[in-house]
Amino acid sequence: MSSAVMNVNAQLEHLQSKHVGTGHADTNKFEWAVNQHRDTYASIIGHSSMLAYTAVAENESIGRKKFEMIEKMLQPCGPPVAKED
Amino acid sequence: MLVFVLSRNEQEVMLDSDLVTAISLPNVLWRSQASGDLRPAKPRPVLDATSRPTTTTPEIGHPLVPTYRPVLRRHTGRSVRRPEHLSVSRKMFLYNLTLQQSTAINQACIGNFAGTKQQEILVARNNVLELLRPDPSTGKVHTLLSHPVFGIIRSIVPFRLTGSSKDYIIVGSDSGKIVILEYNPAKNVFDRVHEETFGKSGCRRIVPGQYLASDPKGRAVMIGAVEKQKLVYILNRDAAMKLTISSPLEAHKAHTLVHDIVGADVGFENPVFACIEVDYSDADQDPTGEAFQNAEKVLTYYELDLGLNHVVRKWSDTIDSRANKLIAVPGGTEGPSGVLVCSEDYITWRHQDHPAVRIPIPRRPDPLQPAPTTASNGEEVDTGRGVIIVSSVTHKLKKGFFVLAQTEDGDLFKITMDYSAAADGSIGPVENMKIKYFDTIPVSVNLCLLKSGFLFVASEFGNHYFYQIENLGDDDEEQMEYQSAELPQGEDAEDVLVYFNPRGLRNLALVDELESVAPLIDAKTMNLAEDDSPQIYALSGRGSRSTFRILRHGLEVSEMAVSELPGNPNAVWTVKAGSREEFDSFIVVSFVDATLVLSIGETVEEVTDTGFLNSTPTITVAQLGDDALVQVYPRGIRHIRSDRRVNEWKSPGNKTIVRAACNQRQVVIALSGGELVYFELDSSGQLNEYQDRKEFAAPISALSIGPIPEGRVRSSFLAVGCEDNTVRIVSLDPDNCLQGLATQALSYAPVSLMIARMAESGSGVGSLYLMIGLHSGLLVRTTLDNVTGALSDTRLRLLGSRPVKLFSVTIQGAPAVLALSSRPWLSYTYQSRTKLVPLSCTTLEYGSSFCSEQCPEGIVAIESNNLHILTVERLGSVFNHTSVPLSYTPRRFVLTPQRNHFVIIESDHNTWCPSDKKRKLEAKASQMEVDGDDGGQIIEELPVDQFGLPRAEPGKWASCIRIINPRDGETTFKIDLDDNEAAFSLVTCVFAAAEGQQLLVVGTASNVTMQPPRRTTGGKLRTYRVTDGGASLELMHTTPIEGVPRALCAFQGRLLVGMEQTLRIYDVGKKKLLRKCENKQFPNNITTLHTQGDRIIVGDSRDSVHYCSYRAFDNRIIVFADDVTPRWITTSTMLDYDTIVGGDKFGNLFVDRLPADISEEVDDDPTGNKMVYEKGYLQGAPHKVEHAAEFFIGETPTSIQKATLVPGGREVVLYTTILGTVGILVPFQSKEDVDFFQMLEMHLRAKSPPLCGRDHLAYRSSYIPVRNVIDGDMCEMFNLLPNEIKKEIAGELDRDVSEISKKLEDARNRVAF
Repeated sequence: MSSAVMNVNAQLEHLQSKHVGTGHADTNKFEWAVNQHRDTYASIIGHSSMLAYTAVAENESIGRKKFEMIEKMLQPCGPPVAKED
Repeated sequence: MLVFVLSRNEQEVMLDSDLVTAISLPNVLWRSQASGDLRPAKPRPVLDATSRPTTTTPEIGHPLVPTYRPVLRRHTGRSVRRPEHLSVSRKMFLYNLTLQQSTAINQACIGNFAGTKQQEILVARNNVLELLRPDPSTGKVHTLLSHPVFGIIRSIVPFRLTGSSKDYIIVGSDSGKIVILEYNPAKNVFDRVHEETFGKSGCRRIVPGQYLASDPKGRAVMIGAVEKQKLVYILNRDAAMKLTISSPLEAHKAHTLVHDIVGADVGFENPVFACIEVDYSDADQDPTGEAFQNAEKVLTYYELDLGLNHVVRKWSDTIDSRANKLIAVPGGTEGPSGVLVCSEDYITWRHQDHPAVRIPIPRRPDPLQPAPTTASNGEEVDTGRGVIIVSSVTHKLKKGFFVLAQTEDGDLFKITMDYSAAADGSIGPVENMKIKYFDTIPVSVNLCLLKSGFLFVASEFGNHYFYQIENLGDDDEEQMEYQSAELPQGEDAEDVLVYFNPRGLRNLALVDELESVAPLIDAKTMNLAEDDSPQIYALSGRGSRSTFRILRHGLEVSEMAVSELPGNPNAVWTVKAGSREEFDSFIVVSFVDATLVLSIGETVEEVTDTGFLNSTPTITVAQLGDDALVQVYPRGIRHIRSDRRVNEWKSPGNKTIVRAACNQRQVVIALSGGELVYFELDSSGQLNEYQDRKEFAAPISALSIGPIPEGRVRSSFLAVGCEDNTVRIVSLDPDNCLQGLATQALSYAPVSLMIARMAESGSGVGSLYLMIGLHSGLLVRTTLDNVTGALSDTRLRLLGSRPVKLFSVTIQGAPAVLALSSRPWLSYTYQSRTKLVPLSCTTLEYGSSFCSEQCPEGIVAIESNNLHILTVERLGSVFNHTSVPLSYTPRRFVLTPQRNHFVIIESDHNTWCPSDKKRKLEAKASQMEVDGDDGGQIIEELPVDQFGLPRAEPGKWASCIRIINPRDGETTFKIDLDDNEAAFSLVTCVFAAAEGQQLLVVGTASNVTMQPPRRTTGGKLRTYRVTDGGASLELMHTTPIEGVPRALCAFQGRLLVGMEQTLRIYDVGKKKLLRKCENKQFPNNITTLHTQGDRIIVGDSRDSVHYCSYRAFDNRIIVFADDVTPRWITTSTMLDYDTIVGGDKFGNLFVDRLPADISEEVDDDPTGNKMVYEKGYLQGAPHKVEHAAEFFIGETPTSIQKATLVPGGREVVLYTTILGTVGILVPFQSKEDVDFFQMLEMHLRAKSPPLCGRDHLAYRSSYIPVRNVIDGDMCEMFNLLPNEIKKEIAGELDRDVSEISKKLEDARNRVAF
């Protein structure tokens, strides 16, 4: 492997470790969806108006919605698919 | 090059610097320049595995029912249907202005920000930072400063360096920066001390800003993200006593979610930050789901080693898997240190090297659940889900401390601890923890407890409250105090359920309330009260604290007293007895032929021995010199000395005095015929006439003398208004006395004048203004030069239909002007902005300032034969609220066809419907009988206004339809829906098939579940006849449908129903509504529907707008155009036949417009086949709409409509957001204005960047690049800049400073307030 390719790979790896959710060639649908969901929850928590919007719709307190959303970030799309090795 | 990252969830637009400059350039209509690059291909959700039907199968309606033939089959003559001002050209430019800033508070904290002993409350209102000062003597909360930051504030903490007495403010926002602010009380501004960049902008998962925790001893601060990243900054002071900030120290942990961060109090040991963390790496790898089940939540201590300058994970231990919040416990010499870990149902004290101490959170007995069986007889009844703590406050007393913690239901608990203190001051671990019910108040986002014994509750929804703590609850014998020492402890201790006894407020007393419309769910602007300006009718609130509100523009006026007078007075004044008096001594009321003098004391009563002449009307009254009074009446001037000696000056012969003006040392009178006589007080206290008189050609109609500048003996300016429509400034200086200095020509006769010294915008020094009230109801304000007396910078404002009379009053210790026309107005300076705002009270005829012990800043005014004493509070508020309480969360409302009542639908999720409630109560009663517990009574339902409705389970709904009379707020009709049926939409609709009857249709659905997958057991369309002149409803029939009808719309004598992916046309029948036509092609969920002619515009909950056409000849609805951007539409409205304006869930406003050629092509399609067989483009409809405007407002818009806000003003687009913001979009009329404001905005971005470090352009482009909208809020920041920067900007724009501020004022005043 040439050094240029190595370099690109190293850069990608660096990027992936630094920015959570950065995709790679082998990202599967599940991983992608999990990242999407976690990003969504984080964004809703960060924007107080969206959090309020959800809380009003479901008739819950904002604190409860926020708590539940962080809880859901743990496994937003169910258990992962088994890896075929 | 533009990088457009369109991950649906991190929809942040990154603009590189080249483009930013390109876009900022003026005169670039960057719609044409950039549109090609900015349009991303529409991404399709990959997750959506189920394929949707792609072909239409329109259902033909019932053949027996005749089809309604619309009169307006096709529109011709485009000019008729498009309001010209919104489409002078196809290019639209809008000016965004906020009328009312968001009223919700998302963060609040307390501190000594001004550096004085007094504590202030700092609140973040999403994108506004506001400083509130509670007044401990009156118990009122005043706003000191409110500053828009053009960014989203996510966290704020006060920060105090060791040994200092002033708090800094640290802000975590969406700017990717940590910003430290300092409040500058002298200038009343926030100064930015530090701004350190650490990451990308935007509210992202791994960019810190969500959590902020400071070390209690003021040495460091931790800023954290929801996942992975945490940064620690060390703060210190340098030799110059300035705050310094270190470079960040990382405390990251990958694959870790963070629930909360607090700074633990460890005294002067190394600072420690405590976090609740969950590691998800195992759960992500384990397909069996076992790792997920066993995922541990840990409490981690991060220690900042000040010696080594790095952060270490000091300690980590497993905690309750449902933990959500941390509360720091005072440490060092003040307490046992450690943290309280709040989890579902429990609060646990944790600290390194000490055993945990756990207490349960007492639960509220649920009146609808079977009575809890006590732990003694072994069996536990689990009543529903656990309760969590959502906010808390720790308060240190002289000895010890306590914690107030609030649950999600609003119950407050007081937590205290027992611990041992050694002789050397070191404090041992917690030995016993106690919890006791305190009170129940609305659920808060933050609690702030002041040292003066007040509790500020920043409610998450609805009004914010300010309570006085009357009692610490220690002597409350009725409530059980639960102690950890008496309850099981240890890792596998069994669960305990304890209860408290709910009751009304005992320990807290409400003293003040800050109005908040948040959450504002729907609004309509109408002028039902037939005032000068329309009212906004709004639905607000959640659950049992919901309200229907009427917002009127104007200041709230509280009436202190009203008293009837004998006869109709024509004028009123207040005077002090001497210049050193603090309060006014007399109220003088003038009648047609008499004068009444009232003395102000404990009571107000008539006095006759004051020296005032009673038998004549009065022209003016004033306090003169040190202790004299003057009364001007038609035949003379009466100078009353302190010893009641009276000097009289009689008017010559046949002349009478018509007008007079005085200040403390000068008196000017106008005689009939236009003669002016001037008097001045000499050093011996004698009133002397000036040797010359001045003649005017026209009769004098108004006079005013300026206030005496401090340290001078006279004011040098007199303003004289004449009937020949002029106002002249006359000098009163001895060297050119009574010489004219300046003249102002007017369009109408002046009736009243006022020279006032008012604080100028942006600077503390006041400048002189001449206010002129005209006969036509106009108010003219011109600037009067301090030295030369020249007049400049004239501004006009229409106040009403009657002549404008002006009076000088005092507001917040500063001079202000009361202007009375058909409506009373007040002109004052508020936070260095001049404001002119109507007062919400009856028409007043004459007014004067009023100052007494009870009422230090009031207004005394007359109205027919009544004397009113009024005060004005809440100077910052724009609207005056009238609220009517509702039962459940309101959803939508319409005006009845008779235009006199509102029909409101209210629905609450997670609430028992009436039949379920009955069943529950019966079950409970029978269970109690079985238990042989017949002695015990069923707990009555708790008062809902304090405790809210009992929580049911998901999928349970309570709902009602209500009719309210907006005039008196009375509910004239109400029906409760039963069996988990909830109303979601309603419309009034004329049915051609029912002889043009206007019926009300309410769309409901049963057993709707909110959590995905969303399900319903079916919906209904309930058709009502409106009876009783709009006050009542009569059910005609119900029509079952399959889905949740979220949008209804009247359409050509029939009804359009948007029901999930289906759009359907119904016509009225005898027994139900009849299906006529349908299209099932819509992507997700229809949320909005609009129609004009044959065109229907459908808003989808996740897929923007779809333009459809209804073809009557083959009864089909065909989608012919859609949008390339996937907007999550929450609200929209049609601007004209081709244009729609709307908002999405993420806080964007947009205008979409169908290109004219396509619009024409679609309409002029004689066979109609072209539309049907045209090929789709970009996986959608054949045509795409253009994006005419895009703008990010940062809050979810909930309603949008066209409205005219001021009489004679142009039509604007008014929007409201969930957080209570009311704003407008004003279409620009000329290209010059667009250029000017674009330039101004550009300069302001450079010269006054937003406070929290967010780039303004990037903020307004958070999701979609801003387009064709100029941010008026940013432009108005110009007024707050220091003078030299103003001049610099003005220079670059080739204009005067005053010209710019006049333009800004005009831009607002022409269309709004």
